[in-house]
Amino acid sequence: MSGPTERPVPDDSAPDQSAAEIEKSTVGTGSTDTPFGVERHGMFGVHGSGDTSGFGGLVREPWVPADAQRPYGGYFDELVDDLLAAAPGSIAKVVVDRGELTLYVERERLLDVATALRNDENLRFELLSSVSGVDYLGSARRLHAVYLFRSMTYRRRVRVEVAASVDDPHIPSLTALYPGADWQEREAFDMFGIVFDGHPGLTRILMPDDWDGHPQRKDYPLGGIPVQYKGATIPPPDERRAYK
Amino acid sequence: MTDGTGGYAPSRPTTEGRVYNLTGGDWDEMLAQVQGGDPIHEERLVVNMGPQHPSTHGVLRLVVEIEGETVTDLRTIIGYLHTGIEKNAEFRTWTQAVTFLTRADYLAPLFNEAAYCLAVEKLLGVTVPARAQLIRLILMEVNRVSSHWVALATGGMEMGALTAMTNGLRARERCLDVLELITGLRMNHAYIRPGGIAQDFPDGAVEKIREWIVEIRKEIQGLRNLVQHQPIWVNRLKDVGWLGVEGCLALGVTGPMLRAAGLPWDLRKTDPYLGYEAFDFEVPTQDAGDCYARFLVRLDEMYESTKIVEQAIERLEPGPVWVDDPKIAWPAKLTVGPDGLGNSLEHVQKIMGSSMEALIHHFKLVTEGFRVPAGQVYTAVESPRGELGAHVVSDGGTRPYRVHLREPSFINLQSTAALSIGGMISDVIASVGSIDPVMGGVDR
Repeated sequence: MSGPTERPVPDDSAPDQSAAEIEKSTVGTGSTDTPFGVERHGMFGVHGSGDTSGFGGLVREPWVPADAQRPYGGYFDELVDDLLAAAPGSIAKVVVDRGELTLYVERERLLDVATALRNDENLRFELLSSVSGVDYLGSARRLHAVYLFRSMTYRRRVRVEVAASVDDPHIPSLTALYPGADWQEREAFDMFGIVFDGHPGLTRILMPDDWDGHPQRKDYPLGGIPVQYKGATIPPPDERRAYK
Repeated sequence: MTDGTGGYAPSRPTTEGRVYNLTGGDWDEMLAQVQGGDPIHEERLVVNMGPQHPSTHGVLRLVVEIEGETVTDLRTIIGYLHTGIEKNAEFRTWTQAVTFLTRADYLAPLFNEAAYCLAVEKLLGVTVPARAQLIRLILMEVNRVSSHWVALATGGMEMGALTAMTNGLRARERCLDVLELITGLRMNHAYIRPGGIAQDFPDGAVEKIREWIVEIRKEIQGLRNLVQHQPIWVNRLKDVGWLGVEGCLALGVTGPMLRAAGLPWDLRKTDPYLGYEAFDFEVPTQDAGDCYARFLVRLDEMYESTKIVEQAIERLEPGPVWVDDPKIAWPAKLTVGPDGLGNSLEHVQKIMGSSMEALIHHFKLVTEGFRVPAGQVYTAVESPRGELGAHVVSDGGTRPYRVHLREPSFINLQSTAALSIGGMISDVIASVGSIDPVMGGVDR
């Protein structure tokens, strides 16, 4: 049983942003959020050797989701207003993209937001559909927990996204509010190393108990175990020459 | 054996009392090893079931704490079939990722493909043509029927109803015959692709589906006649493994389990996709919330699926099956040649003989793939087991940045303890069978 092979881990020492400056009672501007995604150069991921492809000069900008402007459209305005009434100042940033509403929330406010979403009569999000982790390698708070709430009464969906850094990967657990988050948070812990505070038994769920590392982080190689064929080793798929 | 216990039941003191390990061997000899009394009435008995066990519905491990035959605690241990599908998908193009994701829930592969492809299409901002939508819908409903047949067949087998198993698997073969004729494969089809479907219906597909509807309705009625009022079947399932609507919602349970508890929640009705709103079908519900109600819901759902397929084949009209965007659509038509399925001869002649640009285009699209604008979406379809969601994140590149499947098997399986604790150990089997977890989907 072994974890990833030695591989340079990108520097993740950028300071964490504080949530304190976010104004209460209104939606934050999202200015405290760092860009998501990584700036990338070239096309084939070839480093340290001559690039004959001619694509070596390409630079791809990191992706930043844009702040939504009111009116957000549909039920989104009503939902954001009701949530702000129930949990003032809890929303750091609102993104409306492809007809889906995403609320960026500081982790200190996640329990307030989830409680309001579940208990408020105007919100009534009975079901926590999905919890998943995403690793935005390169940004300061790269580990994101993404929650999909579903209101069966009003037939609405809302996505809530919370970020944490690798050095301080703590996010409050929603298991007390939504018991169905149990295994999904264990999976996000297993795969991304997000520590859900208050979870009744945060252990690995898919990987073996003694596994090193968190396999779905972006700096964890695919095929982290060396595979040997008759004396010759092959590189893991992400180290082979390929389009990026 | 060198532990001095004759190979049986070594024991060791722990902070919670003496623990006896029983792995194989003879029960009388194990009891003889136990000093000072009767472990069944004085101590907790922890029984391990699985992961290799014929009644656990796959590589599922249950650690059951029992007192007599009553379950006092139960833990579900998973992960034995984890294959890193989500991680692997990040290292393939958007189209290639389908080949991995279809292997997650291997009894409902077309639903995995559809959830993912609808997400990618939402990211791209494209809608597939009407014919491709209808074909997807038809195949998903055939797949739903085949998946429910396996649920009923294996669930019956685990309780000892072997005729239910043989009949169920026979009926499932009929569904797989249809899928095989159309997609070329019985399972793991990779037939639904971002932007369309791999190929159009072959000759004779519609006739085959018409025959299938007649046959499968006979099979449904046959199973109804066989087991619906069969006393042993009813006694094993009725009032067993109860979970009400509140419990389902708290645990995130969706699909037939939720509908058997009384909430008519079906994404085909509440968030219609692929044009489900235009079809006339019912959402079967029961209100008992037990294993028998789940059995009835699945049986009724199969019939409703045949109704949908019946209407859908009447609405099929000739047309394209790929989006009208050469930057996304697969460049070649596929045909069956003397050496199997491949690019059509006409296309090969064009790219090899007459158009260098077409060759470059084909090469780029197949090897590099298309780019998907950055962003994230979540799309959900009603799989045979509940809400199957795909949370897909793109960073603007030719590969998915992150694909997460919200697997209903995974989330529904959390309810195992709630269904089982306080019941008899034999009811654990019926309860797990009624959840119908597919371990490929649970572990991904």
